[in-house]
Amino acid sequence: MSERAPLPQIEPALAIEVIVGFIREQMTQAGFERLVVGLSGGVDSATVAFLAARAMGAENLLAVRMPYRTSSAASETDAMRVVNALGCRTERVDITPMVEPMLALIADDDPDALNVRRGNVMARQRMIVVYDRSAADDALVIGTSNKTEALLGYGTLHGDMAAALAPIGDLYKTQLRAVATELGVPPEVIAKTPSADLWPGQTDEEELGRSYDMLDRALYALVDRRWTVDRCVRAGLPRDLVEWVDRRVARMEFKRQLPPTAKLSLRTPGFDHLYPRRRPGSRRE
Amino acid sequence: MEYRIALAQMAPRLGDLDANLGLAGDRVRAAADEGAALLLLPELALTGYLLQDLVPEVAMRADDPRLLGIGAGAAGMLVAVGFVEETAEHRYCNSVALVRDGELIGLHRKVYLPTYGLFDEGRFTRGGDRIRTHDAGAPIGRIGLSVCEDFWHPSLPMLQAHDGASLLVNVAAGPSRAPGGPAGLAAIGGWHKMQDTYALLGTVPLAFCNRVGNEEGLTFWGGSRIVAADGSTVAQAPLWEEALVVGTLDTDDLRTARYGLPILADERLELVRRELDRIIGERAGIDGVSKD
Repeated sequence: MSERAPLPQIEPALAIEVIVGFIREQMTQAGFERLVVGLSGGVDSATVAFLAARAMGAENLLAVRMPYRTSSAASETDAMRVVNALGCRTERVDITPMVEPMLALIADDDPDALNVRRGNVMARQRMIVVYDRSAADDALVIGTSNKTEALLGYGTLHGDMAAALAPIGDLYKTQLRAVATELGVPPEVIAKTPSADLWPGQTDEEELGRSYDMLDRALYALVDRRWTVDRCVRAGLPRDLVEWVDRRVARMEFKRQLPPTAKLSLRTPGFDHLYPRRRPGSRRE
Repeated sequence: MEYRIALAQMAPRLGDLDANLGLAGDRVRAAADEGAALLLLPELALTGYLLQDLVPEVAMRADDPRLLGIGAGAAGMLVAVGFVEETAEHRYCNSVALVRDGELIGLHRKVYLPTYGLFDEGRFTRGGDRIRTHDAGAPIGRIGLSVCEDFWHPSLPMLQAHDGASLLVNVAAGPSRAPGGPAGLAAIGGWHKMQDTYALLGTVPLAFCNRVGNEEGLTFWGGSRIVAADGSTVAQAPLWEEALVVGTLDTDDLRTARYGLPILADERLELVRRELDRIIGERAGIDGVSKD
């Protein structure tokens, strides 16, 4: 691939130092010591689990594994590799009996649309489980969405995108591997093919129709470097890829923002009632 | 004559004036123990940075006893400290005060409020309209104060150098972007290049105090430093973590530097002014001003 449109780089040790400081500060400011992560067996949640353990100690991390009946056995094996490497607490909650009654209500002639709807139900059920566990464990939910997903809107609103803090939200998928390696995430987890495992045989790259390598080159050029589509093409990226990414980033803007409010009053949150999340009085007692 | 400068690279608590006054007091005592003639606390050290609508809640007047008393217990030591100032006209400014023995020696209101990219300062505070130097007496002499973004406008430190500054002081709250990446404008390397250059071209020593810590996802990078009038590094604080770093400057070095490199004295200020008048006139479309 053209090195004129390079992959985003990262200095893993530095990124880890910044993220660990971020997690600690968020926890201190919110008045919490414990974290809950939904652990899938993939590299994103594994990386977040390692970061959380480094920031707060493995004893303060609860990793919740939430398989569905069609989830791959490898996902469970890899999730346990992470748990064993960290020595954190873990729970297994089978979401099958929770989602089956809902899935039975879903019918769609279009198999792709059906997969998306079913996947959303599973992602949102997992959200319900981790949030319930966070209440039981006096913990915050730590998010596992990365920058590639956030920009492409490749995630479920109020599902896997729901979290109290987003430690890897500014790391592209291709940068995560370097960070995961530096953290000591098991190599089997780092090397595996990325998948949301929402249906058998699903892979991210097949569903997105592009490789993460190409997606991240296009995103880095368009977003971080503010290049035009034409400039990306001049640098060697395929026009159809760049145009698809550009449109998708715009189309998915709604997933990155709070819902708009119809402004009526003198002062309205989001418009002219603007405060930092963490300020005197915001810490829970 | 030698004097010592202490840089308190600290992480203020967002919106918590009382806590930050306490943190500042700790640094004052530590700097006094180090025999510092001048202590720098970062930009908005008393309030934290991402204040948004907290600005009026944490603002204080420049004659507020809490501000003027900040160096209490460190007789004779100058303290430069960043705070939100509310002027008599209820203008809210991102200011730095220079205080000693309960007296206000100097005040600078941040002129250039970054309101682009991740910055939104002009939304919540108003810019200052003075670029001056302040007489701190022997041994330091005149101090030119500035706040963070002010330093991205070279006219400001150069005006202060021409206005007799024998020390430039910049207090900052610089958030990191693309850490470890190539040295772009926003990167740490860019700041260091700029500081070295100002010291060299102004033939004036410089002290820079940047905060650390994390607010709302922004991580402030620290890296505070003292640079001598020849552009060499006198003291360098670590990145990311809190530190109290002390360095020694010698007023003789300024004398030597300015004899060896008399560029400040050679500057054609009347020529600069004439050309500036022309450029301003052309930009504003004033009749009778042409490019010729």
